[in-house]
Amino acid sequence: MRALPGAARVYIGLVVLSAVAAIGLGPHTGIDPATLALVVVLFVVTESISTAMHNGKAGISPSAAASLAAVVLVGPVGAAAGALCSAPFVLRRQNIVKRMFNGGQLALVGYAAGHAFLALGGEVGPPDRADFPWILLPFCAALGVYGVGNAVLMGLLMWCLGVVRLEPPRRVRWRTLATLEGASLGYGMLGLFIAAVWGVIGAPAILLVLLPLFIARWAFDQCIAEQRAHEATLATLCQAVETKDYYTRGHCMRVSKGAGMIAQQLGMHAERVQTIRYAGMLHDVGKLGVPTKVLQKPDKLTEEEFAAIQLHPMRGYEIVREIGFLDEALAGIMHHHERMDGRGYPMGLAGGDIPEFARIIAVADAFDCMTSTRSYRKARSIEEAFAELRRGAGTQFDPTMVAALIAAVDREGWELPDAVEPPGDDSAVVAQQDHDDPSVPLRVAGEAER
Amino acid sequence: MTQEQRSAGEGGPAVRAREEISTEELYKRVPRRRGPWRVLDEPARALVIATAAAFAVGSLLWTLVTGFVEAEAALAFGVLIALGELARITLPGNREVAPVASAGAIGYTFLLTIGGADVHHSGWQVLAVVTVGFALGELPHIAAGRTPEWSDLARRMMVIVVITLGFRPFAGDLSPGSEESEWWPALGLMAALVLAGWLTDAVIAAAIRAERLRTRFTVAFRDELRAHAGLGMAIGSSGILIALASTITGLAGLLVFTAPLLVTQVAFRRFAEVRLTYLQTVRALSRVTEVGGYVATGHSRRVSRLAKSIGCELGMRESDLLELEYAALMHDIGQLSLRDPIASGATVFALPREQRRIAELGSAVIRETGVLDSVAELVRRQCEPYAGDGDDGPPPLGSRIIKVANAVDDLVGESADSERMQAVLERLRMDGFGEYDPEVVEAAARAIERAAARW
Repeated sequence: MRALPGAARVYIGLVVLSAVAAIGLGPHTGIDPATLALVVVLFVVTESISTAMHNGKAGISPSAAASLAAVVLVGPVGAAAGALCSAPFVLRRQNIVKRMFNGGQLALVGYAAGHAFLALGGEVGPPDRADFPWILLPFCAALGVYGVGNAVLMGLLMWCLGVVRLEPPRRVRWRTLATLEGASLGYGMLGLFIAAVWGVIGAPAILLVLLPLFIARWAFDQCIAEQRAHEATLATLCQAVETKDYYTRGHCMRVSKGAGMIAQQLGMHAERVQTIRYAGMLHDVGKLGVPTKVLQKPDKLTEEEFAAIQLHPMRGYEIVREIGFLDEALAGIMHHHERMDGRGYPMGLAGGDIPEFARIIAVADAFDCMTSTRSYRKARSIEEAFAELRRGAGTQFDPTMVAALIAAVDREGWELPDAVEPPGDDSAVVAQQDHDDPSVPLRVAGEAER
Repeated sequence: MTQEQRSAGEGGPAVRAREEISTEELYKRVPRRRGPWRVLDEPARALVIATAAAFAVGSLLWTLVTGFVEAEAALAFGVLIALGELARITLPGNREVAPVASAGAIGYTFLLTIGGADVHHSGWQVLAVVTVGFALGELPHIAAGRTPEWSDLARRMMVIVVITLGFRPFAGDLSPGSEESEWWPALGLMAALVLAGWLTDAVIAAAIRAERLRTRFTVAFRDELRAHAGLGMAIGSSGILIALASTITGLAGLLVFTAPLLVTQVAFRRFAEVRLTYLQTVRALSRVTEVGGYVATGHSRRVSRLAKSIGCELGMRESDLLELEYAALMHDIGQLSLRDPIASGATVFALPREQRRIAELGSAVIRETGVLDSVAELVRRQCEPYAGDGDDGPPPLGSRIIKVANAVDDLVGESADSERMQAVLERLRMDGFGEYDPEVVEAAARAIERAAARW
C-alpha cells in the first residue's frame, strides 16, 4: 500500500482503536485462558491458509470458522481478543498496516457477532447435547452479523482507498460476490461444529477440522501452479510457431491481449474472456501449414498460393480441435478471416453468422498487424489504425467489436511492439506481404485486390 | 456451427485419423481380449472385483437375515454415501475417487453414539449400507452411459471392508462416557485404521496398475501412495470428524462436516482438469510440426506412446513418465526453427550435426516456458549416443528412450507390418556404434511384441 490516503489512515486507526477499546471495556469473566490461547492459534492458522481462489484475485479466508468458533467458546470479548492477538503472527506477506486492519476488523466483527449470539440466548462455552438444535438460532444470528459486519467494514475501507465507487447494481459482479459470501458463510457454519467437537475431544478437534482445509489449500496451490505452467507453455509454443516469420513475433500475444480487452469491454464473463485469450493466442497456428515460400513471396500470389493461405484457419482448427477446453474458441480460430460482407474465407460467412469470437479476433488481429512494423511498411499509429478499422466497420469488421476495441484502448492504453530492425542474416523469414493487413490486401494474380 | 461447416471442417482430419489407427493402436499397452475372457488378462483386477462383490453380496444377505438396527442413521449415511458416489471425480492417471462417499462410509463405521445414545450396528450392516449407497450413486452414471471403473469401485469397497472389520467388533468396548480422555483409545484406533485403509488401497491399486501397465509393483506402489496421500488424509480426518460430531450434534453434523471435504474435492477436480488440458494442449501443438510438413503424420503421437510403454517396461515413476511423454511429444519442435523441412522429415536420416542442432533448438524453445526445464534437458540430449559423447556422461534414460522410439517410428513409419518392425528392431540391436541403449531396445521389442500379440 503505497501512499495511503489520509481518510484510509484515519479509518484504519479508528477500527483498531475501537477493537482495543471493546476488549478493554468488556467483561472478562468466563474466558478460559487456555481455551483463549488455543483460539489464538486457530486464528493464526486459518488466517495463514486463506485459500487463493479464482486465480488469486479473491482470497477466501477460513477465518470465519475461527471467529465463530471463538464466539461460541469464549464469547464476544474473547473472540475480539483472540483475533487481535493473532494479527502479528499470521504467516502471510503483509505489511504492518494491513495486518493491523485485518486484526482490528476481525476483532470488531467477532465482538458484534458475539453480542448477537448472547442477545438471542446463546451461552458461552463448548456446547453439549442439550444445546442442540436450539443453539442454531443465536448462532445463525451471529453468522449473519458476522457476514454483514465484514462486508461493511471492508467496503468502507475500499471506499476510503478510492478503489470502489458506488456503482449501479448492474455492473457489480454478483456471481463472484455470491461465491465469496457463500464460502465464508459455509466456513462460519463450520465454526459451530469446531466448538461442538471441542466439547467432545478438546483441542485436537482443531487439527481434524483444519486438515481437510490444509489439503484443499495445497491442492489449490498445485492447481494454480499447473495453470501457470500451462499458460507459459501455450504462449511459448505459439511463439515458437511464429519464429518462422521475423516480423510477426509477439503477434499472437498481442492479439490475445487485444481480444481479451474487447471481450472485457463487452462485459463477457471472466471464463469466456479467458477462453478468447487462448483463441487469440492460437489463431494463427495453422499458418505453419502454409509453405514458407508463399509467405515470403514478394510478387502477386497465384490462385493456388492464395488458396494455401486461405486454408490456414482450417489448419489451425485441425491442430487445436482436440484441446477440450477451447469449445467456443475453435469457431473463433476457424472463422477469424471471415468478413461481415461475406467475402472472407474459409466459409464466406456473413454478418451474424460469423461466430462472436471470430469477429472479436478479426478486429484484434487487424489492429495489431497495422500497428506493428512489416518489411514493406512502417508501423502505423494507433489513430491511423483506428481510422482504418472504422473504415472497414460493417464491410470487413463488426462495428460493435471495433467500437469496443477503440473504447478499451482509449481507456487502458496499448503497448506498441518494439520497432523491428530487419534481420541481417537470412536465418529468419521475411514476409513481403501479410494476410492480416487490411490496409494492404494480398495481391492475387488475375483478380481485383482483396 | 451449421451442419455444412461442421462436415467441411472435419472431413479432412477424419480421413487422416482413420489411417492412423493401425499404428496408433499398435502401441496401446493392454492387449485385451473381448468378451468374458477379458478377465483372464488381468487376474489381480478380477480377483479384487470378485472379492469386493463377494463382500457386498455377503453383507447384504447377512443383514437381511439378521435384521437392521438404527434405521435412521443407516438411511442418513446411506444417502450421504450415494450422493458422494454420484459426485465422484477422476484424478490424474485415471484414478476414480469419491471422497465424500468414502468419508461418509468411514464416518458410519466409526460411529459410536448419536446425540448421546450408543449405536449398535454391526460391521456387516456398515458394508450393506455402503453397498446400497454405492449402487444408488452409480445408477445415474450408468444410466447416462458412464460406467464406473469397476476396479476403482471395488477398491473403495475394500478400504471400507478393512476399516470396518478392524473397528466394528470392538465398537462396544470403545464407547466412551462423557470424559474427554476416554476418547483417546477410540481415536487412536481410528487413526491407525485409516492408515491401514490407505495402505490397503495403495497395495490393491498398485497391483492392478502394475498388471495393466506392465510396470514394477514397487514403483507402482510408491506412485499410488503418493497419489492418494493428500486426498486420503482429508477423507480420513473428515470421516473421524463426522463420527465424533454426531455424538453432540446428532445427524445434522453429517452435512456440515462434509463441507470442507467438498472444498478439497473441488480443488482436486480442478487440478485434474488443468492437468488434462495441459496434456491436450501439448499433444495438439506437437502436431504443428506435422501440419508444417516437417515430420510424418502422427509421428509425435506414436513416438510418445511407444516411449511411454518403454518407460513403463523399464519401471519409471509416474512423474517421470509424464515428463517423458511431454518430451517425446515435443522432441521435434526444434524443426520449426529450420528454414525448410529436412528430407522426408525423419531425423534418423539426418546428419548427426543437424540432429544435434534440432535438439538444441527444440530444447531452447521448451526452456523458454520456464516450467519445463527437465523436459528441455531430455529433448536436448535425445540424439546423443548411448555411451555418452563427452563431458556430461551418458544421457538420461528418458533421452535414450526417445532416441530409440524416434528411430523405430522413423524407420517403420505408418505401416503396421510386423516383419518390417522386426527388421527395424534387429537393425537397432545390431547397431555397433553404441548409439542405442541395448536395454531400451529390448524393452521396446517387448512392448511392441505384446501390443502385436493380440492379432
